[in-house]
Amino acid sequence: MNWLLVALGAMVGAPLRYLTDRAVQKRHDTVFPWGTFTVNVAGCLILGLLSGAVAAGAASSHVQLLLGTGLCGALTTYSTFSYETLRLAEDGARFFAAANVIASVVAGLGAAFVGVSLAEALWA
Amino acid sequence: MTAPNTRVTDEPTAPDVDLHLPSQRRQSWRAQGPIVAVVAIGGTIGATARYGASLVWPVAAGGFPWTTLWVNAAGCAVIGVFTVLITDVWAAHRLVRPFFATGILGGFTTFSTYAVDIQKLVQGGHPRTGLAYLAATLCAALAAVWLAATTTRRMVAWRQR
Repeated sequence: MNWLLVALGAMVGAPLRYLTDRAVQKRHDTVFPWGTFTVNVAGCLILGLLSGAVAAGAASSHVQLLLGTGLCGALTTYSTFSYETLRLAEDGARFFAAANVIASVVAGLGAAFVGVSLAEALWA
Repeated sequence: MTAPNTRVTDEPTAPDVDLHLPSQRRQSWRAQGPIVAVVAIGGTIGATARYGASLVWPVAAGGFPWTTLWVNAAGCAVIGVFTVLITDVWAAHRLVRPFFATGILGGFTTFSTYAVDIQKLVQGGHPRTGLAYLAATLCAALAAVWLAATTTRRMVAWRQR
């Protein structure tokens, strides 16, 4: 059952990442990887909300597995984030490489904190 | 062995498609459908593998999230090897990269758990562990992808000499 929930969440999360990345990149003609940045920050916000909801007793561990481990886990990625950073650095865009790392970590953490606070305000 | 140097796989599959035209929208789905499907299958495999790792190596609340760190670092090392092989060595089918890199590795690694684990450590009264985890994952992931790509490129060049 638990495995199935993780699998179901990931089956939606991974293609959602791919489609969002494509849609975002099409609108931004820049070397900055806005697509991966978008899915990572969005995933951090959702997982923050969810973890706050679980802590407040408003969401079960099954929801956590489906939406947290499955959906948010597959929606966000560390491998593409670091690969795109490496490619920026190797292509001579060192500023963008550093900006990608700093912006992703700051925005991702910020989104996680906002998500948890929002969940506390809603359900605690 | 062929050596395709073009980064075809990085390009949009159909850059000239105008989605406002119904006929082209259908064509776009015909091109995108298989990619979306293999990304979904790969992502499911990667995410269940990550869940399995979290069951085999559980981390106590307030402890250093070693399992997620290793999962992310391993995924970054593999993507470093894979992208060099698929761009410089292996003229693979067009679905191999979305299946393996976008699907499996993307589903296996996670940014959301990384951020929320740091938040939990900070809020739970372990800010130093949180900060150490933040920096250690970044260093491990970036070092892994760089080392893996550089080493693979060297080995490919050495074999092709």
